[in-house]
Amino acid sequence: MTGYLADAAALARKDLIVELRTRDTVPAMLLFVVAALVVFHFALPAESSRLAASGMLWIALLFTALLALVRAFVGERDQGTLDGLVLAPCDRSAIWLGKTLSVLAFLLFAEAVALPAFALFYEDVTWELVAGVALANVGIATVGTLLGAMAAAARARELLLPLLFLPVAIPLVVGGVGATVDDDPGRYLAFLGLYDLIFAILSWASFEYVVTE
Amino acid sequence: MSAPDADTIASGRRLGVPEQADADGEGARRIIRARGLGRRFGDRPVLSGLDIALDRGGFLLVTGPNGSGKSTLLRLFAGLLAPTAGELEVRSDRRRLGFLGHEPLLYRELTALENLDLYGRLYRVPERRERIGMLLERFGLWDARGATVSTFSRGMVQRLALCRTLLHDPELLLMDEPFSGLDSDGADLLQAELADPGGRTLVVASHQPERIETLATERLALA
Repeated sequence: MTGYLADAAALARKDLIVELRTRDTVPAMLLFVVAALVVFHFALPAESSRLAASGMLWIALLFTALLALVRAFVGERDQGTLDGLVLAPCDRSAIWLGKTLSVLAFLLFAEAVALPAFALFYEDVTWELVAGVALANVGIATVGTLLGAMAAAARARELLLPLLFLPVAIPLVVGGVGATVDDDPGRYLAFLGLYDLIFAILSWASFEYVVTE
Repeated sequence: MSAPDADTIASGRRLGVPEQADADGEGARRIIRARGLGRRFGDRPVLSGLDIALDRGGFLLVTGPNGSGKSTLLRLFAGLLAPTAGELEVRSDRRRLGFLGHEPLLYRELTALENLDLYGRLYRVPERRERIGMLLERFGLWDARGATVSTFSRGMVQRLALCRTLLHDPELLLMDEPFSGLDSDGADLLQAELADPGGRTLVVASHQPERIETLATERLALA
């Protein structure tokens, strides 16, 4: 188990170093999420409810996450390094876990900017919102990484990933918005936790079949 | 492995006689055995009907023109592709398999040291730092160890790819055009490595096999 986690950590660390040097993904995510929130701010009527504002935040977060997910495996495929990882004697699911951890880190960076921007343009950030975003992150990263690996093998990956990911992410939006605006956020947070658990197990178990013949 | 006759080598259809070897109880010595091996990509057959038997410690040289299926065969041996026909058995686990393909399998944004350190961790290489240092020294990359691979010349990338391939001291070494991009010094280093494999089994694919032709114990010419 220690070796498994060490492999995942080494792979996540590699992704973070690569991102630190190339700045391919996180700056694009930051720019996108802030721009989206600004545009939504002017698009929404002044008397809009907090329901609408919350919905806009979740749309912005979901599409921002797509930027990270699309790029998660593109470099590995284009440089052929995925073969090197598949050939390595580590458990293939450790590749998925490492990539999930790095996507999670990118999402946290984006949200560290998005949530203050949301507070600036819309309304205060509550603990329910932070908890909902944290739980949704796990779901986005786990299932999104698996789908990102599938889409990266296709020619039209930029089109394919949203087609695969957005339907699967609808429960995350329902849970996230519900946790933010409902009087009983615990119910929605539990729902998000259950989603995370189920999709993490499914993604962990099926990743090997995505990267091997 | 029994010496294949000239006709079967030239056709690239058959190498060795695995059935007879099994009957003689020599199967345990085999590291690669294929029967009727074939691979198609869509409607296009790239390899078909290959019978191969390679003993541990052997050196199989695979030759053939572009598009004859050399790279596909090595990827099949490595497990990166699955056969679409026939049977293939490779008796070596991933921990002991070294693969050098067309792509160097290196991260351009990482330094030489970081690349080897990553693979060293994944392969659980004992005394990793010492092993990495020794390989970088041997292939003339020690001074460039802190530079990112994106700044390397084609030959330096190939040298580093060789370091990566040899890092975990594999028992089965699969190399596709390993001399590609190497200058004469680099090619000499590689030739020396292949001439003294230290008990390794080697499968080398090349369409310019002059440097290693005499080292090979078995030959397979793909048409």
